[in-house]
Amino acid sequence: MRARYRLRAVRHGQGPSPYSGAPVAGAAWVPASAGTTASVLRVSRSRTERLVNLVICLLSTRRFLTAAQIAATVPGYEHDADDPRDHEAFQRKFERDKAELRELGVPLETGTASAFDTEPGYRIAHREYALPDIRLEPDETAAVGIAARLWQHAGLAAAASSGLAKLRAGGIDVDSRATLALEPVVTVDPAFAPLTTAARERREVRFDYRVPAEDVATSRRLQPWGVACWRGRWYVVGHDLDRDATRCFRLSRVTGAVRCVGPAGAYAPPADLDLISHVARWSGEREPAARAVVLAVPGRAAGLRRWALHSEPGRHGDRLVLPYSDAEALAGQLVGYGADVQVLEPPEVRDAVIQRLKEIAVRHDELAATGGRL
Amino acid sequence: MSRPNGSRASADRLARLLNLVPYLLARPGIEIAEAAGDLGVTERQLREDLELLWVCGLPGYGPGDLIDMAFDGDRVTITYDAGIDRPLRLTQDEALALVVALRLLAETPGVDNRDAVEGALAKIEDAAGDLAGAPVAVRLPGDGDRVHRLRAAVQSGRALRITYYTAARDETTERTVDPLRVLMVGGRAYLEAWCRRAEGMRMFRADRIDECLELDEPATVPPHVRPQDVSAGVFRPAPDLPLITLRVGRGARWITEYYPCEQVRPDGDQWLVSLRVTDLAWARRLVLGLGPGVTVVSPAELAEEVRAQVALALDAYSRPGAAAAAAPAAGQ
Repeated sequence: MRARYRLRAVRHGQGPSPYSGAPVAGAAWVPASAGTTASVLRVSRSRTERLVNLVICLLSTRRFLTAAQIAATVPGYEHDADDPRDHEAFQRKFERDKAELRELGVPLETGTASAFDTEPGYRIAHREYALPDIRLEPDETAAVGIAARLWQHAGLAAAASSGLAKLRAGGIDVDSRATLALEPVVTVDPAFAPLTTAARERREVRFDYRVPAEDVATSRRLQPWGVACWRGRWYVVGHDLDRDATRCFRLSRVTGAVRCVGPAGAYAPPADLDLISHVARWSGEREPAARAVVLAVPGRAAGLRRWALHSEPGRHGDRLVLPYSDAEALAGQLVGYGADVQVLEPPEVRDAVIQRLKEIAVRHDELAATGGRL
Repeated sequence: MSRPNGSRASADRLARLLNLVPYLLARPGIEIAEAAGDLGVTERQLREDLELLWVCGLPGYGPGDLIDMAFDGDRVTITYDAGIDRPLRLTQDEALALVVALRLLAETPGVDNRDAVEGALAKIEDAAGDLAGAPVAVRLPGDGDRVHRLRAAVQSGRALRITYYTAARDETTERTVDPLRVLMVGGRAYLEAWCRRAEGMRMFRADRIDECLELDEPATVPPHVRPQDVSAGVFRPAPDLPLITLRVGRGARWITEYYPCEQVRPDGDQWLVSLRVTDLAWARRLVLGLGPGVTVVSPAELAEEVRAQVALALDAYSRPGAAAAAAPAAGQ
């Protein structure tokens, strides 16, 4: 605290605080004592301040600046280059700072000022650094505000809100209270971000995948093409290197971490890629072209009646015409209604229902006989 | 992750400071309190940030090189930006989070200002450049017209008469409800409303609302009720509901991905799965529907119902031409 107030004095001589008489709560104004030099004070400046100055310095230069030039310019890097320990400490500090800027997304360019230079230099191109001007209409701004609140997943929620902060800084006034009268709530699986990134960078991945029917997870190698949300669930689509075929994987079944292997740009997805249709095909959905006729007890089997194509009361119960594509799947559904529903046709559905009923009876009779264990 | 907290906080602060100059530059003379509210920091924190920026600037670091600002009462204006006149570009994660959220919004049935969503999406994608090429596709199911009607009904502030299919009891009922909001969770639309029949808040799945009629009377949601927190899913079984345990074969293990289960224990090749159900008759339909790969472990009552129901059904099939209607109302 103290050092910073002194700095202010250094800046404007013995001038007043910028808030002229409105100092920060709880902090006392400490004038710089006579004889204190800026360079001594600069050493005590905070890391954040050093980084802000580093960004400003590198944005303002067109020439690449070497680490030594930066150390001689930006406050906070002062050190004795002839003292190996001091120099090493500076290098570590500078490496950490560069890493932090890159992690924030600052496009740090590396290059040499001339062909004769051996030491690399650094600069930041304003064009690469700056968010382009975005002109949003008021209703578009509201849409962005709503979109940013969609995520329930902590990581994406944080990314959305820091993205929104940049849009605000770019001059867009986002109303954080705008609503749609419709609240979408979105959750994603932990594998979403790494797989999406890998797909964009076209990097091969490895992950463990477990389907409920298997006892253990198996390790999979995939060239991911993209991620798709289908019926509220997330999938990754890509080229399975072990099966040498296109495969879809449900993200909720990925166990553990997704590991990237090999270089970026390692493959190219098909040019006419349609992620959704891959997932839809994989999920095995088919047009229910076949028809079954069942008898339902009046007033019962409400669930079936809702999707019956046709319903007609009769002497033995209500005749319902049901569309279906898979006889076994329909049989399972119909057995659920027990004695309330009887299949009239076709025989494949009727037989499948009877077969299931018989097997269930056998299993449960065995169960009763053994007191719960099979 | 492995970074110490201090470093995280410092990275957050750096990001905030780099945003702060262009933010203020775009809003000359903004009140400090307003800016702090907008940026999600305290006024004190904002003043500390300003102080720090005030000693940063271009090399030389003389009065003409440093970031400068003018204060007028509680208002602030940046008078010199030292070159940080724009915010930093969106990172990969930020672009992904915003672009995918907008795509989801554009796909959400019943969103009526779709043009605005798509316009915003195009502009954000444009600004994000290469990063926006997120290989993410979204298709939400759902009947846009139905969701749209429900939304309009919620906005009209009137009570609704709905015909609703309750899967737990396999029955369709008519009820009067006072709507609160429409939600999309896990790709499904729901109407959250006060149900006058049940005298409680209920989530009605939009695809199970078979009829919907706006009434003349206003919706009156009792003042004490709160919207449900759906971040952990819509159906969260209450601990006082009946607990059933099933022995589940390989082929039916998928049920553990579909229903919230209390416990899943492997037992040899099979799994012992315990879940809470709203209704034992629903559990009976579930077990029967899953087929021979699933047997009831407990309660004994459920196992007995399953056996009785199967016997009745087989009996009906064994009598050719026998009326299903002749079967007694099973399981009751």
